[in-house]
Amino acid sequence: MKALEAVNDFVVKFANVNGSGSASANELFARSILRMGVPVSPRNIFPSNIQGLPTWYEVRITERGYLGRRGGVDLMVAMNPQTWDRDLKEIEPGGYLFHDSTRALPKSKFRDDINVIGMPLTDICNATYTDPRQRQLFKNIIYVGALSALLEIDPAAIEKLFSEQYKGKEKLLDSNVKALHLGRDFALANLQCPIGLRVRRADRVGERIFIDGNSAVALGAVYGGATVCGWYPITPSSSVAEAFQRYCQRLRVDRESAKNRFAIVQAEDELASIGIVVGAGWNGARAFTATSGPGISLMSEFIGLAYFAEIPATIVDVQRGGPSTGMPTRTQQSDVLACAYASHGDTKHILLFPEDPKECFDFTAQGLDLAERLQTPVFVMTDLDIGMNTRLCEPFAWDETRAYDRGKLMSYERLEAGVEFGRYLDVDGDGIPYRTLPGTHPTRGGYFTRGTTKDRYARYSEAGPDYVDNMQRLLRKFETAKGLVPKPLLVPSPKPARFGAIFYGSTSPAMVEALDLLAERGIHVNALRVRAFPFAEEIVDFCNSHPWVFVVEQNRDAQLKTLLVNDSGVNQTRLVSVLHYDGTPITARFIADEIARHAVSHTVIPFKKAVS
Amino acid sequence: MTYIAKPRLHHPTLAANKLGYTRRDYEGKISTLCAGCGHDSISAAIIQACWELDLEPHRVAKLSGIGCSSKTPDYFLGNSHGFNSVHGRMPSVLTGANLANRDLIYLGVSGDGDSASIGIGQFAHVMRRGVNMVYLVENNGVYGLTKGQFSATADQGSQSKRGVVNSDAPVDLVALALQLGATFVARSFSGDKAQLVPLIKAAIVHPGAAFIDVISPCVAFNNHAGSTKSYEYVRGHNEPVNRIDFDYWPKREEITVDYPAGEVISVTQHDGSVLRLRKLAPDYDPHNRITAMNYVQEHQAKGEVVTGLLYVDPDPEDLHRHLNTFDAPFNTLGAKDLCPGAAALEKINAALR
Repeated sequence: MKALEAVNDFVVKFANVNGSGSASANELFARSILRMGVPVSPRNIFPSNIQGLPTWYEVRITERGYLGRRGGVDLMVAMNPQTWDRDLKEIEPGGYLFHDSTRALPKSKFRDDINVIGMPLTDICNATYTDPRQRQLFKNIIYVGALSALLEIDPAAIEKLFSEQYKGKEKLLDSNVKALHLGRDFALANLQCPIGLRVRRADRVGERIFIDGNSAVALGAVYGGATVCGWYPITPSSSVAEAFQRYCQRLRVDRESAKNRFAIVQAEDELASIGIVVGAGWNGARAFTATSGPGISLMSEFIGLAYFAEIPATIVDVQRGGPSTGMPTRTQQSDVLACAYASHGDTKHILLFPEDPKECFDFTAQGLDLAERLQTPVFVMTDLDIGMNTRLCEPFAWDETRAYDRGKLMSYERLEAGVEFGRYLDVDGDGIPYRTLPGTHPTRGGYFTRGTTKDRYARYSEAGPDYVDNMQRLLRKFETAKGLVPKPLLVPSPKPARFGAIFYGSTSPAMVEALDLLAERGIHVNALRVRAFPFAEEIVDFCNSHPWVFVVEQNRDAQLKTLLVNDSGVNQTRLVSVLHYDGTPITARFIADEIARHAVSHTVIPFKKAVS
Repeated sequence: MTYIAKPRLHHPTLAANKLGYTRRDYEGKISTLCAGCGHDSISAAIIQACWELDLEPHRVAKLSGIGCSSKTPDYFLGNSHGFNSVHGRMPSVLTGANLANRDLIYLGVSGDGDSASIGIGQFAHVMRRGVNMVYLVENNGVYGLTKGQFSATADQGSQSKRGVVNSDAPVDLVALALQLGATFVARSFSGDKAQLVPLIKAAIVHPGAAFIDVISPCVAFNNHAGSTKSYEYVRGHNEPVNRIDFDYWPKREEITVDYPAGEVISVTQHDGSVLRLRKLAPDYDPHNRITAMNYVQEHQAKGEVVTGLLYVDPDPEDLHRHLNTFDAPFNTLGAKDLCPGAAALEKINAALR
């Protein structure tokens, strides 16, 4: 029988029961490979549940640095009898199955075309530990030890990770090292080591860091100067506010007074979270909230108020599968339209699409600037795939000379000097008016903020011309935004390309890999990564300069394509959708296959060639 | 309402406060509410209270939801910033505003529809959190702007103008505020300015969540026989427990007036100021949350409207204290105060490898 052979290029999937402590052992496995200089891309696939349901952790080991989900499994670590059958099916022919052989299973429970590696994990644990919780937790470390022997992972790398994690907790450190070697020694003595899949030291990680997108958003909020956070727990965004709390505790407590330069309110619902953000933004503090699709629906009334009354607000949407409760623990890019046009009446909002934790950090900090500069809600559109998985990305960077862009704030001095102030007066022609903060001046600059129509001086008005004047100015402001939001990035094909492809957000790593796969098949594609809405002119030009443009998205209804057609007037007959929306992260294989399929049907054979 | 603009000139003998402002300096735009509306009396009481307290008008932020009551912040303190937010959500906006700048005075104005129906959730949670504010409900038992539907505070059995009898049990905001942890709870009547003005002043001075439920008859839709929120009914059933007629005494000012023992309760507030309450109900203790709740409920069962300062915690905690926030307003902090800098980020990067 064939046995898969690969060095630094394979997929390991762990099938576990949630609540069993497997997550930290599995992450340890992934990190140890990183420490050997080999890029990894892990993904949690988990249920909306705390204990007892199936959960998976998929690690792609990829020396070439492809961080998207590959699809297929080369080594299955099957630790959950509940999902045994489907886990078994997923293994590639010639792949490997690692399982707990304490209880013998009938031959019918296996496959003939895979390599089975059995290890009596429960027996080993029961013989070594008496405490049931220890038996459970160390079983995970024991299988990591065995895998280190099977895959030639350097045990020193794992021990180093232990020593960093359990610094000052010698007892824990010792017991973990012991469990690791227990598994490793058993494997070396009783199993055929190594197998065909191996990890070899490389130097392909470099300066990159390994972090989840939600933590990166939180850190971006700290660096971007957010002081107020109103939030309500919702998967997959909750860890944003929790990480913000953690980072603030470390970085934002005043040394002298031990007082906090931050305020975090876990609100009673999403309506209150966004209300807190709007109130703080109105009063001049940088504020943000993090939520997911259902939260956006609840916030919509306030989002319209903030748009119309022109109040800065930064909203992080960690997208998940919708509609309704949908797939709370699965990923999608299905809130694009809901956010772009959130609220009743004519509204349009600024969306930023980060591709990884690095951009989560950058765009959150920039989002706080944009919200104040443009006096409007700004959405940071991440998703579960970026938000809740640790991802290898470029290190965070901060320019020490960077000041916060507070936008057009009318100061006491300018009011005192008699400078004209109209809250909704477009003095600079860019659609952005000046604002005053409450308490600025005893007699000048005060105004009444309202969601109803007003004139340029914030006076209540029901007059049609006043309404139209204001709505037109808001459009001018949106035009101004085009020049301020992150520009799209072109990934040019090295060879002349007839096809274009547009992608955004978490699709990025899979897309980059798909372009290579397609090039190998002789299909050359220029790709453009959209990083913001409103769309820059470059995006429209890109569409117009290719006969066919694939728009790759992780939703059913081609939401970004709709936005392109609707808002930028792109000719929709040029646009071909590539849509992946089953809740799993999109793969390079899927994109390449879809584009290849369409490419064949869209390749026009010259008439002469066809008849000859 | 009138459409004639107020004259800018005023009588030269109009008294000025310590800041040199007359009451006119605390006024706002001309009211668009109906003539005789209780809400206008409340606006006048707010103007009077702010003037008497020598407040800088622009140091007050006025926030409201939606409805007749929520329109009123446009009609007082014209030099202050106001925010007419969304229906029932003023409390969260006020909370955010308060977190952004702890140095201003926050005055939330709401109605019974805004607070007891659509906004009852936010009402409850803003009280729980102890946001330092005055939360004033102009309570008329009906939806005025949509023309006279019952609100959630309408009493069971009370009649609408069209003769419909309300069958739903009422929400009692005072009882809710007491139960949820407000540290200053009062009820008053828009027709009793002598009682209302000192209550507003005391609420402004109170450094915590202060709630005043002001029964404010709707002359257009709820001022008829059969209503329990009409001028006539409230006048006939008003049961004041006390009166703050000695008012707010700043710290070191000598108190020269003597009153017979047993008739006056002194409440020393956190900042050292003293509230003096003249007792009207001899057995009423405004320091006890539990007995206050019982007293209000017992009298309510008899159809009486208990008014006055019902409960006050002399040493309240507020949200800023709970969150241990920095002394300087957040909206004055810049990158220097908030950004940990490139070196700290490099350390974070190093720990993520």
